[in-house]
Amino acid sequence: MYRYDEFDTAFLAKRNAQFRSQVERRIAGGLTEDEFKPLRLMNGLYLQLHAYMLRVAIPYGSLDAQKMRKLAELAERWDKGYGHFTTRQNIQYNWPKLRDVPDMLDALAEVGMHAIQTSGNTIRNVTSDHFAGASADEIADPRPYAELIRQWSTDHPEFQFLPRKFKIAITGSPNDRAVTRAHDIGLRMIEKDGKPGFEVIVGGGLGRTPMVGKVIRDFVPENELLPYLEAVVHVYNQHGRRDNKYKARIKITVHENGIDTIRDEVEAAFERTRTEFEGVDERVIARIRDRFRAPALVGGGTEAYEAARQNPVFRAWADTNLSEHRDPDHAIVTISIKAHGQTPGDATAAQMRVMADLAEQYGYDELRISHQQNVILPHVRKADLAAVHEELKAAGLATANVGLASDIIACPGMDYCALATARAIPVAQQLATRIEDLRIEHEVGPLQIKISGCINACGHHHVGHIGILGLDRGGVETYQITLGGDATETAAIGQRTGPGFSYEEIVPAIERLMLAYLETRDDEFETFLQAYRRLGAGPFKEALYGPEKQRDAA
Amino acid sequence: MPRPFTPKIVTANHLLEGDVVYLTEDDRWSRHMQDAELIEDEAHAAIRLIDAEQQGNIVVGAYLADAKPGSNGPEPVHFRETFRARGPSNYHHGKQADSLAVAAE
Repeated sequence: MYRYDEFDTAFLAKRNAQFRSQVERRIAGGLTEDEFKPLRLMNGLYLQLHAYMLRVAIPYGSLDAQKMRKLAELAERWDKGYGHFTTRQNIQYNWPKLRDVPDMLDALAEVGMHAIQTSGNTIRNVTSDHFAGASADEIADPRPYAELIRQWSTDHPEFQFLPRKFKIAITGSPNDRAVTRAHDIGLRMIEKDGKPGFEVIVGGGLGRTPMVGKVIRDFVPENELLPYLEAVVHVYNQHGRRDNKYKARIKITVHENGIDTIRDEVEAAFERTRTEFEGVDERVIARIRDRFRAPALVGGGTEAYEAARQNPVFRAWADTNLSEHRDPDHAIVTISIKAHGQTPGDATAAQMRVMADLAEQYGYDELRISHQQNVILPHVRKADLAAVHEELKAAGLATANVGLASDIIACPGMDYCALATARAIPVAQQLATRIEDLRIEHEVGPLQIKISGCINACGHHHVGHIGILGLDRGGVETYQITLGGDATETAAIGQRTGPGFSYEEIVPAIERLMLAYLETRDDEFETFLQAYRRLGAGPFKEALYGPEKQRDAA
Repeated sequence: MPRPFTPKIVTANHLLEGDVVYLTEDDRWSRHMQDAELIEDEAHAAIRLIDAEQQGNIVVGAYLADAKPGSNGPEPVHFRETFRARGPSNYHHGKQADSLAVAAE
């Protein structure tokens, strides 16, 4: 876990005092809403449908027990006893009152947390692989680089008023769990001539114009990462369209100017920035690495795990919720906060404390938040897995569904969000409940269903194997389905199936898709996505809309 | 022929609490839609919106929303306003949980 220094502490204290004064001036009438809004957004405070919403950054999704307990404290003291983990590895509180927000920020600062740059046209919280530092397939832990980017981008004077928000994701593994191809900049760690560096992908993004990012440079050495990023964002800042917010993201800049033109301009800017930054990356990354403490793993104990697998409930959970750790005596535990019928990504204060306790007792004091809205214990000794499972079960956190149909991503949708055009959460709840009633998700196997309540695609529906997009069609909630999306290193944007479905029709429609897959797959080893790629949309459209002939006649 | 005017209410969010409020005929802000002034005239609606916008020290983001007359006062037309008047669907939070009718400041 990265340990913040005195500079970070002083910076946060100053920033929070500044915002407290701004809130006071707003309440006293010294600032109008037009003046105050950009200031509150810079501190993560939105005004949503029913209340304010505070979005707190969890840098690259990493937490320790102390921070998780602080999040629980905020939920209890100033909210309604829960928090919502988001697809950008942040946490949102849905019910804060304006007067309380400065106190909430001060409480967060006690553990080095904040809400800076979780909104506004700035470089947002850098996201990363939630298995970083733990997974077996990793070249190196990407988090020191993520922290380097966080320090560089926080309050960066040139990049406080970008044409639009800017999102960077970073992975240290060839298997992309950080959706790098759907970010403004995606960084994929690779090695060249034995030296670590990054493949740089630009112009990816979801939203109303979904695009898979393009490689702008196949290799940037690790010691030139910041000057290269500075060059990219500099070129974007110059060219990005400020005349039309729907065309202001870098994906449109790249699309309109062409990747080759942008690449040339970035290289020209890079000539300058690399001299300005000379040596900075090496010095800073060395300092950051010193402050990231890798846990001293305790070996042995796998026999206890093998014995525990005799218990079928434990085995079912272990088969879905564990991932391979780089150390054979450890496992990565994904805690599903997607119990069937619950709100995806929500955890109560009590559950947060249980997860904090488990991290402290069994997990070398490390926790992660995944963009799939689950919580990870990245390093658990296999000998302790049965005990961890028992405690999770007692807290309602042992749902064995990670990577399965009910492990649904859903944005807050029109239950909370002022931008939403339809609800997402109750669709996810009803769908998961239906899947549980049918008892088919283990048979269906790996399936990612992702739901967004508007075109902005916070629910990542474009890259869901099944994507659901909620729209307002003539004053009625309507849900469009896309198929074949892929969030991994083989990223793809899902294709629309056809006309949308009503709120009442959407759950049965998804059920028909799952049944059609079970009927048409080659065998149990062919996943939903593989079957879709082999067969095309035909059989799935038929399941949704009936036989083609009948549709023509209709 | 001009399009018929759909009746409107003036709604906003309360500055301090953030919750949904409605402008009443006697210039109060109520937390309940049925207390809202149902505005049947387009010119009057524009004036009432200006009235609301001038109260930036009490409310934020005032706008006109479509409404229809009901037995207990104005009722929402669009589902978004139904949700704003009720609260979220996943928890019994927000207005649906507040049994007491408390007028805003």
